[in-house]
Amino acid sequence: MSDQVETIRLQAPFAESEARALKSGQRILLSGVIYSLRDAGHKRLVELLKRGEEPPFPLDNAVLYYVGPSPAKAGRALGSAGPTTSSRMDPYTPCLIRNGLRGMIGKGYRSDEVVAAMKECGAVYFAAIGGAGALISRAIKEAEVIAWEDLGTEALRRLTVENMPVTVVIDTEGNNLYRDGPHIWLTRHHD
Amino acid sequence: MSVREFDVAILRDAVEELCCKLACVLPDDIRDAIEQALEQEDSTVARQVLEDLLLNCEIAAEESVPMCQDTGMVVAFLDVGFDVSFLGDPYEAINEGVRRGYKKHVLRMSVVSDPLRRVNTGDNTPVMVTTRLVPGDRVTITMLCKGFGSENMSRLAMLLPADGEEGVRKFVIDTVAKAGPNACPPFVIGIGIGGTFDQVALAAKRALARPLTESNVDPFYAAMEQSLLAEINELGIGPQGFGGRATALGVAIEVLPTHIAGLPVAVNINCHAARHIQEVL
Repeated sequence: MSDQVETIRLQAPFAESEARALKSGQRILLSGVIYSLRDAGHKRLVELLKRGEEPPFPLDNAVLYYVGPSPAKAGRALGSAGPTTSSRMDPYTPCLIRNGLRGMIGKGYRSDEVVAAMKECGAVYFAAIGGAGALISRAIKEAEVIAWEDLGTEALRRLTVENMPVTVVIDTEGNNLYRDGPHIWLTRHHD
Repeated sequence: MSVREFDVAILRDAVEELCCKLACVLPDDIRDAIEQALEQEDSTVARQVLEDLLLNCEIAAEESVPMCQDTGMVVAFLDVGFDVSFLGDPYEAINEGVRRGYKKHVLRMSVVSDPLRRVNTGDNTPVMVTTRLVPGDRVTITMLCKGFGSENMSRLAMLLPADGEEGVRKFVIDTVAKAGPNACPPFVIGIGIGGTFDQVALAAKRALARPLTESNVDPFYAAMEQSLLAEINELGIGPQGFGGRATALGVAIEVLPTHIAGLPVAVNINCHAARHIQEVL
């Protein structure tokens, strides 16, 4: 992996073939429709799938954003909207990937089970910059609660995004920027 | 000795104002540290993240939008002068300030009333307040809005006296390495050493409230802060864990006397949105 950062434009939702073309370390400007969901919403979604019911949004090729935004001020789609820690979603994620989920945006490590499901089904894990909620909020053009409004900040929202900056952390081959990025830096500094 | 009567409405109104500043304006010491980290950073990916963080701060301050959606649980250190006599309940005043401030500035309500039954209180209260009695007639409030991405990666250990400085260093480095990308690096690391099980954690939290421009007053611990920071920034984790030099922006150590048989150590991690503020009333 070189130190040069390659920026790619990507439209969500996207197909397995597009997911498999993405490589760990690439910087992406993501546009299109994604869905916000975090802890409590994941539990509900998986329970619903296990009961054999239809999910409240098309899960096939969908991209989920792990975010609990701050409320919107007047004239804005959402308030501050940076990623939350992804590992809390790990217990639910393999089931969602096997039901069509194509991409996830969050921050931090994923479990081996999640990475195995990603490789098997062709799903990709992006990181948005944790703590850059005001910056990311600018890329979110529309936000609409489509289910589980009772969960407040954790409700399921359909988000329309334009050039949302994210980085491919784990690709469909299991390459992982959290492992490789520090390794490259250390190799360069301790040779 | 004269007693100063202190109307708690002053405290309430101050807290209400401070909430917005805390959430939307990154303190100068942290901002300067990010700029300095950018100057020293040699990884392109890491530089891009640091530039985005500075841009994020600008947008947040300009538009009065929280820099991070996790506007935290509010932690307050209340230092009350011996000569202060409160007119009213200062704890309720602090909570009411947060209630008003979070609502007015549309910050995220992130507090549940019970750790297992988990019902959101809807107003981001209660505040975690620690009170200390100090000489004088002033009331000093120091507030943090503490995000839990980093709080969750913090740790406490009851080391043995034989573990010594080396044991403390190892525990700190290990904790930071384990936190990795989950806790939103570059971090500020608050370390408590000594005291008892409860007090060491509080010392670590107090360390996070200290501006990065100040070192521990004891040259021995000031040197340890510097050497730990250098060692942490050799881990290679870098901004957001993408690889780079800037894993931490600063290390602050607070120490306490302790028991002959113990060496408690607590490491409280703060993310780069290290929101702290102080006001003397």
